[in-house]
Amino acid sequence: MSRLSRLLALVAVLLVAGCGKPDFSDAEKKTIASLALNALPVLKPDTTNRFADVPAAAALGSTLFFDQGMSHDGNVSCSTCHKIDRQFQDDLPQAVGVGRTNRRSMPLAGVARNPWFFWDGRRDSLWAQALTPLENPLEQAGNRAAFAHYIQKRFGERYERIFGPLPDLSTVPANASPLGNEAEQAAWKAMTAAQMDDVNRVFSNIGKAIAAFERSIEPAQTRFDRFAIDLASGAKPKADDAFSPEEMLGLKLFIGKANCVTCHNGPRFTDNSFHNTGVPPVKDLPLDRGRFDAVAQVEADPFNCFGAFRDGDAGACGELRFMVKDAPELMRAYKTPSLRGAATRPPYMHAGQFSSLEEVVAHYSAAPAAVEGTSEVHPLQLSDRERAALVAFLKTLSE
Amino acid sequence: MASIWRYLLAGLGLAALLAGILAIVYLTAPQSAPGTDVSRSKKTANGLFVASFQPERGVIKQGELQSWLLTLKTVKGDPVEGAAISVSGGMPQHNHGLPTSPQATDYLGEGRYRIEGLKFTMSGVWQLRFAISAAAGSDTVVFNVVL
Ligand SMILES: [Cu+2]
Repeated sequence: MSRLSRLLALVAVLLVAGCGKPDFSDAEKKTIASLALNALPVLKPDTTNRFADVPAAAALGSTLFFDQGMSHDGNVSCSTCHKIDRQFQDDLPQAVGVGRTNRRSMPLAGVARNPWFFWDGRRDSLWAQALTPLENPLEQAGNRAAFAHYIQKRFGERYERIFGPLPDLSTVPANASPLGNEAEQAAWKAMTAAQMDDVNRVFSNIGKAIAAFERSIEPAQTRFDRFAIDLASGAKPKADDAFSPEEMLGLKLFIGKANCVTCHNGPRFTDNSFHNTGVPPVKDLPLDRGRFDAVAQVEADPFNCFGAFRDGDAGACGELRFMVKDAPELMRAYKTPSLRGAATRPPYMHAGQFSSLEEVVAHYSAAPAAVEGTSEVHPLQLSDRERAALVAFLKTLSE
Repeated sequence: MASIWRYLLAGLGLAALLAGILAIVYLTAPQSAPGTDVSRSKKTANGLFVASFQPERGVIKQGELQSWLLTLKTVKGDPVEGAAISVSGGMPQHNHGLPTSPQATDYLGEGRYRIEGLKFTMSGVWQLRFAISAAAGSDTVVFNVVL
């Protein structure tokens, strides 16, 4: 071998090492490690719900979660839209309870780690969230007085073992709620303050039990996580865990040029924040301004962290206390969803606007302007090959 | 003739080698923000105060609410008391504001003010701007925090 050909061989080796897909820089490796499931911290206690980690509360919550009796027509439960065998979502563009809603059901893996709930963050705790569909006329369509009576009738003993004695509900109307129909609202207004408080207390405990159950729903390890562990330790990946060159390119783009990791960061692939990404509204659905309108709703919620039904001290209310109330970027801003399991649960976005990951990636690559407010996304001009690689990588989060 | 080709090839080879090395250096360089002033202590814009800004527990944790301490001294080194402080900011490179509304919630003495409700939700350069109003007058200061 001549000196020249040896030199050329060396150059070739260096070029492959420098530009070949399988190699990640130290900075990239650090980012990849930060996305892996083993970077997920232990679930923090929820001091606003003193029953959050009480097993009997979680057991009752689980019963209530699957109980169709927890609805106006007896046909809808939490699990109608949050299906246990479908990542606790329903595969529909907009959830259908008693009626058709205007938003996509959200999956529940890791839900207890959210600072804000719903696509727009209009609730600030898991237990306050759980109460909302119960009274939404399009979801479970019930009313809190009826729920209190139902709990007493069906689960009185179980309830009292966890939460203590039920109040005397004998003089509470069968149907009453400040959020109900006209008759229910009138019945609510006719109640004494003590009766309202009694009903609200039982109602809030329903939410606390359901939240205790939902805390057990956590994300599972994926092929990406096994790849990330091997990459961090330098171990050779087992046959099925090794990434194909396309998946490798997709991961590189995800944490690099495509900027996905800016918002989809951490082991849950979300910054838990709200962004306008120019996702178009769905025709025929009511006006939807996302976070912009949710701020007033969470502030007005009697079950929010500042309210009388919070356990523990107000030190837990930082998110609500320091919430951004008034900023142009709240307009049509929606929560960054986790990407774990996303590949196997189309359609996507807050009202199921996109039917495939290809459409989602194409949207972010083109970055059209928002119909209202300003999109935070900038056009990327990704090639066909790059878009396909991103989709291939996202699939590793569902395997 | 053959030797000219040899030199030409060797030259090309060296150029490729250089490109390869540059590529490696470029690809492995940490993603910092060159030229970003990350000092935690500085004079305010009009020189009225000296401000220092430190995380209260020493470390910055991405994605978690946290408190920082803003310490205000006069140029002579006396603590600035009774200051009214407002906080704004965002990520200039991403064109968005702060994900929370941090506030000065407590005066801890010796010119130290607790700034509560800070949250850094993504990596990159964050800018925090303080508008300070005290007996000596009003001034502003901007700190960069890089995650
Ligand atoms: Cu940003």
